[in-house]
Amino acid sequence: MSLRLFVSRDAGAIAVGADDVALALEQAAAGRGIAVEIVRTGSRGMYWLEPLVEVATPQGRIAFGPVTEADVPSLLDALANNTPHLLRLGATDELPWLKRQTRLTFARCGVIDPRSLDDYRAHGGYKGLERALSLGSDAILNEVTASGLRGRGGAGFPTGIKWKTVTQAKADRKFIVCNADEGDSGTFADRMIIEGDPFLVIEGMTIAGITVGATKGYIYIRSEYPHAVEAMNAAIQAAKRGGYLGDKIGGSTHSFDLEVRVGAGAYVCGEETSLLESLEGRRGIVRAKPPLPAHHGLFGKPTVINNVLSFAAVPFILAEGAKAYADYGMGRSRGTMPIQLAGNIRQGGLFETAFGVTLAELVDDIGGGTFTGRPVRAVQVGGPLGAYFPRSLFDTPFDYEAFAARDGLIGHGGIVVFDDSVDMRRQARFAMEFCAVESCGKCTPCRIGSTRGVETIEKIINGERVSENLALVEDLCNTMKFGSLCALGGFTPYPVLSALKHFREDFAPVPTTLQAAE
Amino acid sequence: MTAVFEPWNETRGAEIIAEHANQEGATLVILHALQEAFGYVPEAAIPMVAQALNLSRAEVHGVFTFYHDFRHKPAGRHVLKLCRAEACQAAGGDALAARAEAKLGVSLGNTTADDRVTLEPIYCLGLCATAPSAMLDGRLIGRLDQKRLDALIVEAQR
Repeated sequence: MSLRLFVSRDAGAIAVGADDVALALEQAAAGRGIAVEIVRTGSRGMYWLEPLVEVATPQGRIAFGPVTEADVPSLLDALANNTPHLLRLGATDELPWLKRQTRLTFARCGVIDPRSLDDYRAHGGYKGLERALSLGSDAILNEVTASGLRGRGGAGFPTGIKWKTVTQAKADRKFIVCNADEGDSGTFADRMIIEGDPFLVIEGMTIAGITVGATKGYIYIRSEYPHAVEAMNAAIQAAKRGGYLGDKIGGSTHSFDLEVRVGAGAYVCGEETSLLESLEGRRGIVRAKPPLPAHHGLFGKPTVINNVLSFAAVPFILAEGAKAYADYGMGRSRGTMPIQLAGNIRQGGLFETAFGVTLAELVDDIGGGTFTGRPVRAVQVGGPLGAYFPRSLFDTPFDYEAFAARDGLIGHGGIVVFDDSVDMRRQARFAMEFCAVESCGKCTPCRIGSTRGVETIEKIINGERVSENLALVEDLCNTMKFGSLCALGGFTPYPVLSALKHFREDFAPVPTTLQAAE
Repeated sequence: MTAVFEPWNETRGAEIIAEHANQEGATLVILHALQEAFGYVPEAAIPMVAQALNLSRAEVHGVFTFYHDFRHKPAGRHVLKLCRAEACQAAGGDALAARAEAKLGVSLGNTTADDRVTLEPIYCLGLCATAPSAMLDGRLIGRLDQKRLDALIVEAQR
């Protein structure tokens, strides 16, 4: 008999020992004379169960986890003899955490071999491109617009409108740029999809290329993601060999080529104009808008620049139709959002679901609360530039407008959970510190405001003129919010002001310094 | 495993630059390639890059200094990066960073006096659901705790 096993090669799984487990499985199987085929997939996104080992059975895949090297011998025995095992979780597709999701973008992630173009096609890959090629530019634009897809990087700008602008622009060259500079703490969806289903991103970018008339695309991946860089490069080579990149894609008259470029550790390069500067080989200094990248983007040419998840949502929309996507969601937030549960959380990972799910459901129910077992005190939603929300706001539904109405943002969909040991003064100071370190330096409110912010919050922490300095911080935040050129300086006030507003007790004047000065 | 780098050599440097100079917007690509070969970007390479790309030295120097990744001198034999972003802070990363600093006797961003270990902060490895996380010479480690950190430090000091 031969066993077909699945072990993730996702960086998050490797970080907790997936490579060691895969190797141990191979060696132990050889020692026992059991034939095994180990397929290295992406991650299912249930990181508390990683390393997850799945086995193919006539009834579908059965999951075991979290598996350590020490569990391997007993696991192999159980698999070979079809006997019970303590780590057996049941049929993967029936696991409640997966079953509750609506996986449109992440449908294949964790299922297929991300290095195999055949596997991608066997699981519905490139159906979106096929339909796109039969539709032509105008009809594709209608589909993408009707789907209600909004930029998943954080800004939420309607993707169809962006693409239409570039389509209508006249130029000798146009570009497609994928923003994979996923720098927000608490987010890893871009990394997961690039490592687990890279052809999906390639397909989405290719559709964008044929829509707007661009023949060259760049994927800008951050250097902190070496596994993603490797996965994407391998997928690009495979797509070229398979005739899905290069000249005459899929037998059509269209040409499209892709290249990976690696960032160099600058958070601000996640801002689209800064990213374009970086791609051009310059310092990642933010550009003033207008002109928009859609008119004057990479190398001065009309450019579609979208986040990984935006491109990754497009193949489904084309394959299944705009309505199938737009049927999910609430209000003006249509479709699904890959939400990332992170930080101090018991069941952390990626949960893709329609917009509208509340924070309480996500944190308490799906995430299972903190792994320290202490009460949840705060969550930061949307990365280092996102607001801190207290429990009293946990009824907020995951929706662009609902978060904005409460002075927050969903950003790239990351939720970082903190327990009651968190000191919100330190979190506020960190937000300013991070901005000071990462500021590109072009505009004054961000460059100088962040440093003054650190100093002033420091004074508050030391108990110096607390109420005066609190007022000063609020005033400073106002200046940064309305005076900064991009979201780095403009949104750093979100974590700071939300900490001040919702966790005021942490900033109460402490008279201890006076006493200590005796 | 320690990365092995070549010693700086002008001819080799010129080869690397020439290999990438024809790409559009090649500055970062070249700086990455130089650092991959030599472990840092030697100062002598900056004017060579400038000449190859028809840029001023100041422009290339500006790019080089803007990005956190590029080193102006070689790192220690091992590089231990600790994620210091919010998700790892929420999971006890602050205490682990302080512990690493105390054990190695250097603050984040510095190299031990014997040149064995460079300890650096990193802002997000994207392993936020298995926080806190670290990277030792390119190897990823999630669910870091005191015991695992101590083992990493021992490994790095070897």
